[in-house]
Amino acid sequence: MTKQYVGAPVAYIQQIFVKSSVSPWHKNLLAVDVFRSPLSRAFQLVEEVRNHVLRDSSGTRGLEEVCLQVTDLLPGLRKLRNLLPEHGCLLLSPGNFWQNDRERFHADPDIIGTIHQHEPKTLQTSATLKDLLFGVPGKYSGVSLYARKRMVSYTITLVFQRYHAKFLGSLRARLMLLHPSPNCSLRAESLVHVHFKEEIGIAELIPLVTTYIILFAYIYFSTRKIDMVKSKWGLALAAVVTVLSSLLMSVGLCTLFGLTPTLNGGEIFPYLVVVIGLENVLVLTKSVVSTPVDLEVKLRIAQGLSSESWSIMKNMATELGIILIGYFTLVPAIQEFCLFAVVGLVSDFFLQMLFFTTVLSIDIRRMELADLNKRLPSEACLPPAKPVGRPARFERQLAVRPSTPHTITLQPSSFRNLRLPKRLRVIYFLARTRLAQRLIMAGTVVWIGILVYTDPAGLRTYLAAQVTEQSPLGEGALTPMPVPSGVLPASHPDPAFSIFPPDAPKLPENQTLPGEPPEPGSPAEGAHDSPVPEVTWGPEDEELWRKLSFRHWPTLFSYYNITLAKRVAALGLAAGMVLVLLLLCLYRVLCPRNYGQPGGGPGRRRRGELPCDDYGYAPPETEIAPLVLRGHLMDIECLASDGMLLVSCCLAGHVCVWDAQTGDCLTRIPRPGQRRDSGVGSVFEAQESWERLSDSGKGGPEEPGDSPPLRHRPRGPPPPALFGDQPDLTCLIDTNFSAQPRLSEPTQPEPRHRAGCSRARDGPGYDFSRLVQRVYQDDGLVPGRPPALRPSSPGPGPPPLAPEDEGGCPPEKGSPCLAWVPSADGSIWSLELQGSLIVVGRSSGRLEVWDAIEGTLRCSSEEVTSGITALVFLDKRIVAARLNGSLDFFSLETRTALSPLQFRGTPGRSSSPASPVYSSSDTVACRLTHTVPCAHQKPITALKAAAGRLVTGSQDHTLRVFRLEDSCCLFTLQGHSGAITAVYIDQTMVLASGGQDGAICLWDVLTGSRVSHMFAHRGDVTSLTCTTSCVISSGLDDLISIWDRSTGIKLYSIQQDLGCGASLGVISDNLLVTGGQGCVSFWDLNYGDLLQTVYLGKNSEAQPTRQILVLDNAAIVCNFGSELSLVYVPSVLEKLD
Amino acid sequence: MAEGETESPGPKKRGPYISSVTSRSVNLMIRGVVLFFIGVFLALVLNLLQIQRNVTLFPPDVIASIFSSAWWVPPCCGTASAVIGLLYPCIDRHLGEPHKFKREWSSVMRCVAVFVGINHASAKVDFDNNIQLSLTLAALSIGLWWTFDRSRSGFGLGVGIAFLATLVTQLLVYNGVYQYTSPDFLYVRSWLPCIFFAGGITMGNIGRQLAMKEELSWLHLDHRVEANPGLT
Repeated sequence: MTKQYVGAPVAYIQQIFVKSSVSPWHKNLLAVDVFRSPLSRAFQLVEEVRNHVLRDSSGTRGLEEVCLQVTDLLPGLRKLRNLLPEHGCLLLSPGNFWQNDRERFHADPDIIGTIHQHEPKTLQTSATLKDLLFGVPGKYSGVSLYARKRMVSYTITLVFQRYHAKFLGSLRARLMLLHPSPNCSLRAESLVHVHFKEEIGIAELIPLVTTYIILFAYIYFSTRKIDMVKSKWGLALAAVVTVLSSLLMSVGLCTLFGLTPTLNGGEIFPYLVVVIGLENVLVLTKSVVSTPVDLEVKLRIAQGLSSESWSIMKNMATELGIILIGYFTLVPAIQEFCLFAVVGLVSDFFLQMLFFTTVLSIDIRRMELADLNKRLPSEACLPPAKPVGRPARFERQLAVRPSTPHTITLQPSSFRNLRLPKRLRVIYFLARTRLAQRLIMAGTVVWIGILVYTDPAGLRTYLAAQVTEQSPLGEGALTPMPVPSGVLPASHPDPAFSIFPPDAPKLPENQTLPGEPPEPGSPAEGAHDSPVPEVTWGPEDEELWRKLSFRHWPTLFSYYNITLAKRVAALGLAAGMVLVLLLLCLYRVLCPRNYGQPGGGPGRRRRGELPCDDYGYAPPETEIAPLVLRGHLMDIECLASDGMLLVSCCLAGHVCVWDAQTGDCLTRIPRPGQRRDSGVGSVFEAQESWERLSDSGKGGPEEPGDSPPLRHRPRGPPPPALFGDQPDLTCLIDTNFSAQPRLSEPTQPEPRHRAGCSRARDGPGYDFSRLVQRVYQDDGLVPGRPPALRPSSPGPGPPPLAPEDEGGCPPEKGSPCLAWVPSADGSIWSLELQGSLIVVGRSSGRLEVWDAIEGTLRCSSEEVTSGITALVFLDKRIVAARLNGSLDFFSLETRTALSPLQFRGTPGRSSSPASPVYSSSDTVACRLTHTVPCAHQKPITALKAAAGRLVTGSQDHTLRVFRLEDSCCLFTLQGHSGAITAVYIDQTMVLASGGQDGAICLWDVLTGSRVSHMFAHRGDVTSLTCTTSCVISSGLDDLISIWDRSTGIKLYSIQQDLGCGASLGVISDNLLVTGGQGCVSFWDLNYGDLLQTVYLGKNSEAQPTRQILVLDNAAIVCNFGSELSLVYVPSVLEKLD
Repeated sequence: MAEGETESPGPKKRGPYISSVTSRSVNLMIRGVVLFFIGVFLALVLNLLQIQRNVTLFPPDVIASIFSSAWWVPPCCGTASAVIGLLYPCIDRHLGEPHKFKREWSSVMRCVAVFVGINHASAKVDFDNNIQLSLTLAALSIGLWWTFDRSRSGFGLGVGIAFLATLVTQLLVYNGVYQYTSPDFLYVRSWLPCIFFAGGITMGNIGRQLAMKEELSWLHLDHRVEANPGLT
């Protein structure tokens, strides 16, 4: 037995062959009427067959019990509903054309028209309806308009569920009885096992081979493009495996959902591969290998994926769309193809992401390792690309202030307490617990277990049940059996009882017929045939059924869908769509950053709106009432802090020391220019200062009262000579407010106002700027002031001028006015604070060291008259950068009290005040250790120090790196095409600089080489800071951009409010705070999500936050005009101790 | 194709082998021959597909059926494909818009495979009626053009070729020179232009790729020739 015999037959088919002749054949007979009589016999015959009942010992058995029961026709075949039987025996006869209704047949005027009405107009290879119902090939039926023959032959086709010999025998006997045949020579019957197998033949092989050749050429040319990987063969194999297994998955999924493939798999396979394609895989490989080689593998993969994500998604959407169009052609074969292609595409997408990417990363890693081995000696001396990170930073922070009595440090993990978006929390949870992976694993194990431990018999029956419907599997040989056949008058039964186990699902192309001598060409398929008996009508009648179209029976069966294609197709397509949507959602949830889309970030926050992130997720404003520090008269220009103390300096020259914890004003150091004690005079000087302020507001950076003007608007160096002959701005007012009746707390509960130490709130509000303005207006000198500079003042009425200005320096709260030495100093340009010492750099070139608590001047140095533009105070070392480009290195020395202070160069300007309250035990001396006279050609605008290095940035477009201890210049870094405006250096020796050209450069301080260079902003870079993983820059274009530190790729950017561009601070590695119009916002640095927005002051006279200073206890000090706000991030505030 | 020789940039005389390969006319000839054979091969194979369609039972003689059609049909197809394949790059050059879309051999192979697939579908898939058949084929052909070509010149040329070829075929059929196995004209009509269009696009694609190969070989002579000595 050959293997074709395995499998239960789908059905047993018995044809009762009716042949009739029109005996008086007249030429003038109407062709229509000729056929009426022969065909009418069919009705009688069908009735006889239907009514036949086998009565034997086992009981009665009707046709209904043995025949093949069919159900619905396919939905697409509604028009055939009346013609083909539904819900009953599959019994076909020409009578079906008239619904087996004799009356209808007789009433039909045009029989042939009825018969031919469903004939397709075109060439049809598959069996037509007429063929099916007549059971003989069309041209043998004799029923046609131009019939020359007098013979009409048709069959009544019975389809049995299983072979029932007795029933057939009795049926045959009865039919013979009813229609005795004159020349009936009965023959031995046989079963003919017809096996529909897949195609054979060279004619079909040639196109097939051609398509396969084309397919291989395609694969070859595709995979040839894979380059720059370790193993081209491996990757090519992986690509092919990806496509193949996606096709397998497609077949598997379709079978799982009950769709049996009817297309020839081998035939459509190349087309499926071509449709699914290798393009995505190749594009992915190309984009990944073209990422910078020095990155980590995962970063490379991520970058490659992200840069190709859009095109891959677009391609996939396009292909799905095309396939969808193909699906709506409503051609069953094309629909099935499309279904396979859709499922294959989706699974291919998954495999690309989950399988091929993995292989690719392994390959890249292998290559990396190989390269590493090759170049190990040269790379060993270089530091690892990844910065050491957090521990170093925190150590440094601790080390800087060892003297602070209590250090409050942030616990890094405490940022988890910050309110993350829920979706992120869910994702984090899933990622942490690997829940999905475990669930899938468990599910797989359970499934395999079920498969293994299921009863084999049950499994087999299940399979068998499937098999009978779908595929030829299973059964042994069929024994030849005697078959009865009906004998009709003028008719002969078809002796060949045919058994068709057609593998209907495969849509066979050919019918192979077993061992028939007349057809020697056909390969023997091993059907049995008992000797074919002699037939009166000739053997061709028996073989007539063989001339049926090879699609005859499959077509018949396919009408009643043995395959479920259509029903499942829609389901599969919908599933594909859902998968794609799911992927999109996942993508949106998991990748909130807009990777590498420059300019994607801006516009996310518009002014006047609530700040929100990309997804419209606007966190509610919080109820935190910021602590407002008031006491300055004019805009605050300099801020410095060491965590415990906060020093601020305003335009008027006042320096206030605040307790960063409580917001109390500890000390107030007035401006040292009170030679003229007249209050009116001072007011008018203030007036002058306003005048100049307004000038500066209109366009001159040459504002001496300004803090280093070069820092923010480095348009040109202010002429230093200007300061010399300017009348000094004396302190505006140092009022004796203790004499005034101090009101209790203001009526509005928030924000809590902390008045300046010496200044009570006068009534509802007293503001000196208001006073000054009032004077202005009275005098009509300067009508317009920049409103941004005007501190808000709800104060009514002009307060009396002179008496309050008279007070001079009131000795209150232990702050000794005597400590303050009047001098011709300039305004304060820079300020630093460490421990309890404040270092002040003035425009006159004078460096002063003040005691923050006492408010006393400890020492000063003024041998150079060039203004100090920047200061660094680090570990008893002070570095002052001057306007003329020189650098002065000072060292602080503490001595025992009463020892004379010596300064090198100038006769020691003893600043030990005669204050009785001076309680510090040792005096501080400030010694100039080194001077670098010409560090830069132009004014130094930026100065930072860390890790024993000092970095200066200047307007001469260069940076210089000095060693801190011996002031030796190590490198001169050139790379900017504009003045340097911002510099950042940290403990990990990574130096970042931003210039007026809008560029940011990252440097390696160890080697002095430029690591990366990015064009960051339109306009100056105004401030720059780094975390361990990213660089944060802000520019004059009011954008804050976050860059990946190792790659220099822009991660995202935040649009700031107008004028708040430079206000940013980094609280920790993943928390960024930015200032806005009357608010500060907290951002998650890693994802660019807005976490929280704190509004400072309910009364919406919001001023832009111009500076943000991050204290150690995570309080943020913002600079709002003349007042400071202390904001505590609530959940961040955790003490370590 | 004579126009192709008017403009020939690039270096010359790089050694005997290279110069023989890169010489303009020889190159043109090689391309023509390659295209011709591709056309003949495809004609045979697709003809086989079409024959197969009309075979109901066992084809009596398979090998004979390959050459069952008139002997001059495959050479005609070959010549036509050579002409088309040379015409496409030529027109590209003259229009001054070089074709830049997906110029890779893998894409070309994909295109050929889809073309064969279209033929396959038209031969083996049962359609309900002619409208459906022609619409489906038209959609497939347009899809082929959009996926692999996307140039206006390609579309225009394809439509022209389809029109001309259909016209010629119909003339032949009316004159009785050539006959289809199926006498159904409607079927033939709806079937022909789409196939011709797709075939034109495909051959144009191949021709462009060959021409690009040539241009590339002009540019990087040594590398190219060393890497792929065949060049054809």
